Amino acid sequence: MRHLLSTEDLSLANAVRILDTAEEMAAVGEREVKKLPALRGRTVVNLFFEDSTRTRISFEAAAKRLSADVINFAAKGSSVSKGESLKDTAQTLAAMGADAVVIRHWASGAPHRLAATDWIDAAVINAGDGTHEHPTQALLDAFTMRRHWSQLAGTASAGADLKGMRVAIAGDVLHSRVARSNVWLLRTLGAEVTLVAPPTLLPIGVEKWPCAVSFDLDETMAQGVDAMMMLRVQGERMNASFFPTTREYSRRWGFDDNRLRALDTLGLKDTIIMHPGPMNRGLEISSAAADSPRSTVLAQVRNGVSIRMAALYLLLSGETREQATSTAAYSKESH
Amino acid sequence: MAEQQQHASTSGAYLIRGAAILGGAAEDLLIRDGVIAARGQNLSADGATIIEAAGLVALPGMVDIHTHLREPGREDAETVETGTRAAALGGYTAVHAMANSTPVADTAGVVEQVLTLGRTAGWVDVRPVGAVTVGLAGEQLAELGAMADSRARVRVFSDDGICVHDPVLMRRALEYVKAFDGVVAQHAQEPRLTAGAQMNEGEVSAVLGLTGWPAVAEESIIARDVLLAQHVGSRLHVCHVSTAGSVEIIRWAKSRGVNVTAEVTPHHLWLTDELARSYDPVYKVNPPLRTDADVQALRAALADGTIDVVGTDHAPHPSEHKECEWAQAAMGMTGLETALSVVQHTMIETGLMGWEDFARVTSTAPAAIGRLQDQGRPLEAGEPANVILVDPAARWTVDPSKMATMGRNSPFAGRELPGRVVATFFKGHPTVLDGKLNTPYRWPADAVDAAPAGRP
Repeated sequence: MRHLLSTEDLSLANAVRILDTAEEMAAVGEREVKKLPALRGRTVVNLFFEDSTRTRISFEAAAKRLSADVINFAAKGSSVSKGESLKDTAQTLAAMGADAVVIRHWASGAPHRLAATDWIDAAVINAGDGTHEHPTQALLDAFTMRRHWSQLAGTASAGADLKGMRVAIAGDVLHSRVARSNVWLLRTLGAEVTLVAPPTLLPIGVEKWPCAVSFDLDETMAQGVDAMMMLRVQGERMNASFFPTTREYSRRWGFDDNRLRALDTLGLKDTIIMHPGPMNRGLEISSAAADSPRSTVLAQVRNGVSIRMAALYLLLSGETREQATSTAAYSKESH
Repeated sequence: MAEQQQHASTSGAYLIRGAAILGGAAEDLLIRDGVIAARGQNLSADGATIIEAAGLVALPGMVDIHTHLREPGREDAETVETGTRAAALGGYTAVHAMANSTPVADTAGVVEQVLTLGRTAGWVDVRPVGAVTVGLAGEQLAELGAMADSRARVRVFSDDGICVHDPVLMRRALEYVKAFDGVVAQHAQEPRLTAGAQMNEGEVSAVLGLTGWPAVAEESIIARDVLLAQHVGSRLHVCHVSTAGSVEIIRWAKSRGVNVTAEVTPHHLWLTDELARSYDPVYKVNPPLRTDADVQALRAALADGTIDVVGTDHAPHPSEHKECEWAQAAMGMTGLETALSVVQHTMIETGLMGWEDFARVTSTAPAAIGRLQDQGRPLEAGEPANVILVDPAARWTVDPSKMATMGRNSPFAGRELPGRVVATFFKGHPTVLDGKLNTPYRWPADAVDAAPAGRP
């Protein structure tokens, strides 16, 4: 694993390895001195072509806890907004000696371009690209689910997968990099995924994905669900005929108070409610749901730092590269 | 130097010995004074330069119905000189230069400028395509009649790159060009269905998160246009057909007697949207690469005549327009120097077509669509000597940095292809010999500048 670009090509062994390493990193976060010397002298660049304060500060905290030097490069207000190309930006960062580039970009595939070209020789971490993938978000979601799932089973998280866990992901799948990364990763970890969305917000070709697809949130819940993940509805979709009104969307596909109560009625006492944030309270999720004891929204944020520490650590310490052959064999057997 | 070229162009007598004419029996061709003087066995050289052509196939010079030469306006991407050098090397003796230059070729002045640039270069016959609408804006008809009557004698009109999507404007254009036997070449792309589109909409776009370009955006326009062409009794040409559904509609239209012709690009005969998984914009093109089922349907349609011609849609771009994010990249691929090899690979070596069919789809049919009377002719005595020699047994690896086009955006880079153009004769003059550029044909001075160009 030289880069972390997508979960689609992430093997089970590498996925579990990142999750297990994140558990160790989480332990560091509970100490009084939340810092490891692992990446001292290494430079991590947060290259953000799209605003995302949450993701940037999560990566920044992760890199700093590993003692790396952090440079934040926001495309807005820099030479990029004056028309500098991705290539020139990448070569500039290479000349400055970046060891890892954490890239957030509005264009799908931009991290792949950085990794595939000779513009820069750093490790590339995809921090969300267009409507393609957001692998660290999916990893932190899986980390959150795994802790919950292991706790229910009364076993340790380390080394575990998500076999048998039923996960429903509801919302704008068409434009969601979070949904894509989750579908691939949860498949790899053995969970059963159902996507719930209006037909207009599902991509043509979704029928080939390793998951079930439903247009009916209530029916999906009635069939039993262990984790209910709501996706953010972007403002620009609201006036583009993807659905008639926000109220109709909320009634049919939002996790409102009635559905929160339905979890109890259905006897789903251990079901968690997840959201990658930022939330549209009252649209895809009600305040009561977001703030209920079932909600893992803040745990997800907390776990995000651990996952990003693990990703930076594994990519920059070079350990995964040494294990490449053994993990390949492992992933083949266990799929 | 110029004198030497002039000498070479007028001294032209060549005896091609033992070439397989259209892939058939080996015969000799004697080329003299711009025409095929004789065809037969054991022709006497009689002072002509002898070209041993055993193992080579003789074909009529290829005619591209769809080329972007970029000049005037984007000389950083291509010039008429570099683009037509690429054409000659690729086996072409005529190319139709698309109208989306800067300024747009929407007046007699611009099409005459392109004609003059082409004749000054002298590598192939450059036939300017006129824009259908002023500035390609899709609002008002350009002066189609003036372009038709100009020295360029435009017969093909296209807003290529942009669809003439207004149905009334399309109807009027189809009707109007009947006055001078013109044809409207439509870029079939419904604009609302393709807003922001990046690649074929399907399984791959779903995974890659790139905005989908549905097949229906092409097919719905073609369906409308064939019905319009039938209604007004005019001639329609469909550029770069890319989907199996489009093939079905065109087949249906032809069965109803609609006067429609269709074109497929070499890249759509081979490449699929799977290549987009690399996010390498060299595979970004308009219309987009489709699925393998579409590729197979296009091959079958070209073989059975539903699709009439191969057009390259040669679209050179400066490297900075491809060395970027996929969404930022320009759409288009170079094609002039790989077309013959790709068609050989996809159509001939698969057994779908022979060299006679190849001559039909790359020369005879496109010349007929463009109303070029001295191109796409039989290889017989008395015919204009637009002839190429091809070595079908050759194998070569595509290296864009070695091409004559300024564009480095070949999707075939690194692939080994069959077939090589050994010689190209344009008006009896060898523009290419031994697979290398020779010298350009020199038009008479009055054909280059303002005097009437004579019969097209």
